[in-house]
Amino acid sequence: MLKIENLHARVEGKEILKGLSLTVNAGEVHAIMGPNGAGKSTLGHVLSGRDGYEVTAGTVTYNGIDLLALAPEERAATGVFLAFQYPVEIPGVNNTYFLRAALNAQRKVRGEKELDSMQFLKLVREKLKVMQISDELLHRAVNEGFSGGEKKRNEIFQMAVLEPQLAILDETDSGLDIDALKQVAQGVNTLRSPERAFLMITHYQRLLDYVVPDFVHVLADGRIVESGDKSLALKLEEHGYAGIAASHPAGSHQAGAVA
Amino acid sequence: MNEIMNNQSSTAATLRDNAGVAEVLGRSYSAGFTTEIEMTGLPPGLDEGTVRAISAIKHEPEWMTEWRLEAYRHWLTMPKPDWAKLNIDPIDYQAISYYAAPKVAPKSLAEVDPALLETYEKLGVPLHERAALAGVAVDAVFDSVSVGTTFRKQLAEAGVLFCSMSEAIREYPDIVRKYLGSVVPTGDNFFAALNSAVFSDGSFVFIPRGVRCPMELSTYFRINAQNTGQFERTLIVAEEGAHVSYLEGCTAPKRDENQLHAAVVELVALEKAQIKYSTVQNWYPGDENGVGGIYNFVTKRGDCRGDDSKISWTQVETGSAITWKYPSVVLRGDRSVGEFYSVALTHHFQQADTGTKMIHLGKYTKSKIVSKGISAGRSSNSYRGLVKMEKGAEGARNYTQCDSLLIGKKCGAHTFPYMEVKNPTAIVEHEATTSKISDDQMFYCRARGIPEEDAVSMIVDGFCKQVFRELPMEFAVEAKKLLEVSLEGAVG
Repeated sequence: MLKIENLHARVEGKEILKGLSLTVNAGEVHAIMGPNGAGKSTLGHVLSGRDGYEVTAGTVTYNGIDLLALAPEERAATGVFLAFQYPVEIPGVNNTYFLRAALNAQRKVRGEKELDSMQFLKLVREKLKVMQISDELLHRAVNEGFSGGEKKRNEIFQMAVLEPQLAILDETDSGLDIDALKQVAQGVNTLRSPERAFLMITHYQRLLDYVVPDFVHVLADGRIVESGDKSLALKLEEHGYAGIAASHPAGSHQAGAVA
Repeated sequence: MNEIMNNQSSTAATLRDNAGVAEVLGRSYSAGFTTEIEMTGLPPGLDEGTVRAISAIKHEPEWMTEWRLEAYRHWLTMPKPDWAKLNIDPIDYQAISYYAAPKVAPKSLAEVDPALLETYEKLGVPLHERAALAGVAVDAVFDSVSVGTTFRKQLAEAGVLFCSMSEAIREYPDIVRKYLGSVVPTGDNFFAALNSAVFSDGSFVFIPRGVRCPMELSTYFRINAQNTGQFERTLIVAEEGAHVSYLEGCTAPKRDENQLHAAVVELVALEKAQIKYSTVQNWYPGDENGVGGIYNFVTKRGDCRGDDSKISWTQVETGSAITWKYPSVVLRGDRSVGEFYSVALTHHFQQADTGTKMIHLGKYTKSKIVSKGISAGRSSNSYRGLVKMEKGAEGARNYTQCDSLLIGKKCGAHTFPYMEVKNPTAIVEHEATTSKISDDQMFYCRARGIPEEDAVSMIVDGFCKQVFRELPMEFAVEAKKLLEVSLEGAVG
């Protein structure tokens, strides 16, 4: 589904990604771990098309198309979803209205019929049950006055409604207490399916206790330096990133993708 | 999976040469057409003869002619105001025609020229009674004259008088004489004096004691003729306990010259009366290089003359090359309430200096100001507001909220709040914010699939929500659409 090859990207003239390669197949859950500044969030932003992230080399192929050539809204319409590390507030814009506009914009591009408010409301009710999100959240402005946990849950709720093929979760676990973390993880687990792939960017192993990944990759200095299964995350927990980084000095090793 | 892949490649291709984008960029001022109709009028120029001629055309009584002449003589002595933050090219008052009207004066709606009816249909304001907006009575003013008022019979049954100002001067001289100029005196300011001398038509509304007007009233102003100024005069009187909601809309054809629109609106609310006055102003704003457009120099003032009365102004201003306008409320009656809700959007080279004045005279009077300024392109958008608490304004309160939103890097937003507090028990609060549509907000919307232009409209709409809520339902929808069209090309 997603094939990243030798990706190099710059932000404000500084090279952050330095030859990252990764392959993700439908149905798989990949965890990307790594220390601060390794390029984890940059990867999420490059994949979803944020301005200011300049790709200097490499390719990203998504379902056979060149993902990097698409505008962010086009990527969304083809099924790429980014759950933001810091969800953005949009004052005065109703949360439900926003989500319906997003879904219908995507459907329009895909040549599907747009949902009217009744159809949309029905869909929302179904998803609400699954996500354990209170009705009240829907009537407020997008992320305005939401607690940290509410914002993250709202991201997962949006994901549930938009039903992406490739979901990138950018530190969705950060800033959550254990109860909120469990709720978010449960939401993600509900959405796991053979057609959908997840890229979970995270700092800590604890999210992986609740959303068990198929693959774990260590991102250091702009490249994937080690890949493995869940046990790699536990190893990281034990030795820290420093230990991993030390055994893979920059440029010495071209980490392979997990097939 | 292969099938999905193919689908998605074609999706991407469709997006690239999306016709929708071109359509959005090609959208422009949709009310910019002209109407071919036989017109009669006065040649350009202004002197006492012009004033007398207008009065004569309208078959006005002697007192009205004198009233106009007095205003004209006063106007000659007045300097042009130059305190606003506006660049205005000098206006040649002798180059303007002060009266233009369709040649055949209609006596009733049935006699209105079909070309005119079509004009209003195109603008989305059907004048045929059967097609008229449900529950909204419309008066249409075309250049200098009113061309038709709908639902008059139903309104008359409720005791509501709704007609053109010219007609009111002839039919209801006592009421007009009592109230005209009682809120905005002839010599109030330069443009009000000019209007008093040469006003040609406008709307007149009178709601008698205890009556709640059974429908929304609305006037649709249209400037069509070239080199013509529009000087309308509107007077709304709500007697004790009466309620009325009134809305005006404005459009004009695209022309390369600037045209002057100098209106005066007077509202009088007696004891326990309520007047809600909403404006959706979409005068031609000029093109993207700042050529042409309407000069909108308007004096609007309401007088809460009776205790417990309320006057509320709501305005959505997207048009005009230059806007100079401060709808105000004089809070004379005890416990009277004044409100001002405003959205002013400027784009390209538009300039707006707008705001309000709340003059608190009575005890426990309250006023609320919510102003939302949106600037895009190279435009300049200023809020100018005065809150005055006079000596007798015991326990009076004001709350002002002033928010500016900037789109792009070449526009400007300014806030000029004035406060004069002469009573120590009065409370005045002022909050102001300036923000930009952030890259974060744009990316968030786009990452969810919402295209750039739609994302801007959505964010702007959210910003204006507090004001749109105050508009009658169908006009809130219109106002939202208007903002979308006015903002096209504001990003990228």
